[in-house]
Amino acid sequence: MTDWLWPLLGGLLTAAAAGPLGSLLLWRRMAYFGDSLAHASLLGVAIALMLDLPIGLAVTAVCLLVALLLSRLMTLPEHGADTWLAIMAYAGLSLALVLTAALGDDGHGHSLEDYLFGNLLNLTGNQLLVIAAGLLLVMLILARYWSGLVALAIHEDTAQVDGWPVQRLRPLLMLLLAGVVAAGAKVMGVLLISALLVIPAAAARFIARSPGAMALRASAIGMFSVAVGIGLGMPAHLPLAPSIVLAALCALLVLMIWQRLRA
Amino acid sequence: MSVGNLLLDLNKIRWQHEGRTVLDGVDLKLHRGEILTIIGPNGAGKSCLIRIALGLLKPSGGQRWIAPNLRVGYLPQTLKLNPYLPMTVADFLALPAALGKPFSQPLMLSALAEVGAEHLLRLPAQSLSGGELQRVLLARALLRQPDLLVLDEPVQGVDLAGQAELYALIASLRDRYHCGVLMVSHDLHVVMAATDRVLCLNGHVCCTGHPEAVSRHPEYQRLFGVRESRDLAIYTHHHDHHHTLHGDATRCNESCQHD
Repeated sequence: MTDWLWPLLGGLLTAAAAGPLGSLLLWRRMAYFGDSLAHASLLGVAIALMLDLPIGLAVTAVCLLVALLLSRLMTLPEHGADTWLAIMAYAGLSLALVLTAALGDDGHGHSLEDYLFGNLLNLTGNQLLVIAAGLLLVMLILARYWSGLVALAIHEDTAQVDGWPVQRLRPLLMLLLAGVVAAGAKVMGVLLISALLVIPAAAARFIARSPGAMALRASAIGMFSVAVGIGLGMPAHLPLAPSIVLAALCALLVLMIWQRLRA
Repeated sequence: MSVGNLLLDLNKIRWQHEGRTVLDGVDLKLHRGEILTIIGPNGAGKSCLIRIALGLLKPSGGQRWIAPNLRVGYLPQTLKLNPYLPMTVADFLALPAALGKPFSQPLMLSALAEVGAEHLLRLPAQSLSGGELQRVLLARALLRQPDLLVLDEPVQGVDLAGQAELYALIASLRDRYHCGVLMVSHDLHVVMAATDRVLCLNGHVCCTGHPEAVSRHPEYQRLFGVRESRDLAIYTHHHDHHHTLHGDATRCNESCQHD
């Protein structure tokens, strides 16, 4: 039973946390932020292989560091936020590729490719426990600061006049995203984790009339996609992460058509 | 209306940005129950001064003092609602200030009633017209029971008749809440009837005082043209076509929105 239960639980938890965070990303027009973090997080994989550290730990550390660095860089006037995101993504990816190539394969079968596409099937009970703890922490912090993060997404100046600690909430959002990306990289792979942030939230926009509803429905759509993707993908021996993303894409298309027909 | 205690005191404010001195030696005092309007040409630093007053911008020089525990209602110059953020006016208004509770529906309705916009409560916030949005933003500020109301071009995107109405509303809210009002305007014509004091700004304070006195001040006439000020002298509180045709020099247009 555990051969499908652990992947399913891991996927459902990741999708649940990704819903509200993905919504915040869209509201702040930062759809590429998750992608950028995920690419840079490969550097964590490379460092872990090089120093023989636990990979989850190294990926989480690199994600958090990159998120803090990005939140600093993105306020600089010289380049727009999108430019910094692209620079960070390619810098991290290239560094990771050069480091792993210089070291050669580590001999444990941990090639970088596993982390590009995810290895949901190899998820162990212990790994799931760590991921679950991390994601629950992310969700608790998110619930605690939700009003402030929404106020920030609406308008930074009015949020600041209202007394929200804008300078601290901005990096907080990025750290929470780093948490989801680090946890989700194991589940969805670095290339596709961002899809689980963006696509369910974009689908939820079609059927939500308030910020809270969009966040919750994004979680629900993401979790539904995980269930469908694993349910159909596993018996057919398809790669799971792409199956989940395609299920989410179908949900988006159906909701979009439904909304058009209703209007 | 009697003038109460001091709410805000800016002293010799200087602001430099990208090697350019935008503001230099600007003094500004605002008391409870008083309406002070900042006017000036494009690039005069009006929005900068407002942002410094609010603490959103740290001045390069000078001192800012603000009364302790002041509740501030702020209407920004532009608040473009992201179309990705689905939100009714009720959702928008309910969002609390930090340390506050979400606002209840009766409170939201009474704030909307103050600005004559109760009917908007259930509408998607993105569907509002310019004038409707300004009223909702004003209601949002009122929910905070402000001691100080700060408005950056509150009549932007509102037609001329609506502008006078909105300024009259702001003046009546001042009477009701006995708060101080600091606002920016491009147009002394329309705001004249609704303001106690005018501060004419162009990097420095050109002149300040009662609106009629400012309109006759040589510095003001030099900035806005003599014709404008002569028009103003015969202008009372109402609009007429005359000003629509000749008011271009001070009328807010597209290019001045990102001051």
